[in-house]
Amino acid sequence: MPVSDRYEFFVDPARCIGCQACIQACTECETHKGQSMIQLDVLDRAGSTQTVPMVCMHCDSPTCAEVCPADAIKRTEDGVVQTARKPRCIACNNCVLACPFGVPKMQSRLGLMMKCDMCYDRTSAGMKPMCASVCPSQALAFGTREEMLRLRPTARAVNTFLFGNQIIRTKVHMLVPADAPAEVIDVTAAIFEPTMGHELLEDVFDETADRRTP
Amino acid sequence: MISRNPGALADPDRPVVPPDRGALDAQPKWRSDFPVDAGQEEYVSRRELVKFMVLTSGAFVIGHVWLLVKSVFERLGPRPPALAVAALEELPVGGAKTFQYPAGSPPRLLVRTGAASFVAYDQQCTHLACPVVPVVARGRLHCPCHNGWFDLSTGRPVAGPPQRPLPRVVLDIRGATVYATGVEEPAS
Repeated sequence: MPVSDRYEFFVDPARCIGCQACIQACTECETHKGQSMIQLDVLDRAGSTQTVPMVCMHCDSPTCAEVCPADAIKRTEDGVVQTARKPRCIACNNCVLACPFGVPKMQSRLGLMMKCDMCYDRTSAGMKPMCASVCPSQALAFGTREEMLRLRPTARAVNTFLFGNQIIRTKVHMLVPADAPAEVIDVTAAIFEPTMGHELLEDVFDETADRRTP
Repeated sequence: MISRNPGALADPDRPVVPPDRGALDAQPKWRSDFPVDAGQEEYVSRRELVKFMVLTSGAFVIGHVWLLVKSVFERLGPRPPALAVAALEELPVGGAKTFQYPAGSPPRLLVRTGAASFVAYDQQCTHLACPVVPVVARGRLHCPCHNGWFDLSTGRPVAGPPQRPLPRVVLDIRGATVYATGVEEPAS
């Protein structure tokens, strides 16, 4: 049974409190074989507590499937991009390198790429994905669009992404502030930014820093 | 017989989007051969495969039964009338002559092996249907294509690649004329 079109997945990074409940819950999904498919990014460990949960966005033109040389990654009729098919996957890591969101994960022990499949066993049966059902701040939310609009009047759903020159529309929505000017989210805009905090890096590498702080 | 999966029709609500977001007609063919959407893959279902196998083997069985019935009717059918092949004086001892019996058959070979003894066989070698040549001095028939040898008195293969004997034409000498009266197809 396909996932109902009425229910949509919303990610609101601003609400994430970094509790890692989603990571634990993800391992308990039956299609994930005990592996956690979710990724919790720490943006600036020194300067902020902000964390960002990353689930598969389920692109309309999935780059992971486009680069797969073994034709192993398939999207089902409801637009959910599934984990690679075990008989086909050759564990080549192409999808891991290609995904702009860093979602596919190579399980070397299984020789299989596994990725967030929106807990297909649950969502196809009308239940919420594990992460959305445990998230205490509902940074990961699964519900109808009307419900989201009613509960979060200051947020706006964006599902258009820019990856280089490629435009991608996704099944999963990112919630941004309603007054934000951005209509698209550029995935690679911050690709060359250091993963550590700016202040810390500047302190370490700036030659004038020593002179400034005796 | 093996058709496209009926569920493979593109979903109008969720159109296929190529990476360049261009027209689907302008996409290379491999994109339709290796579709991203699972529903567009051309799978042969188990039911279709079993149906194909059963119908094909059924057709083979029916064909073989038809061949069997046809050969039985031919064997039971009326024998062709006797045909005057040659006059006794026409062939010297060791001489040979080709004829058709019944009319329109593959060529048969009549060989005079002695003063009053004649044999006749199908001229086609049972290996790959080359014409055989009588070697009366050695009492054999020779197929030059692959050096096959048959016994002249029985038609049985004695050397070389042929495995089956030559079909024999039954002869009858009435007065001064040799008649062909029947064809003995080898049992095997």
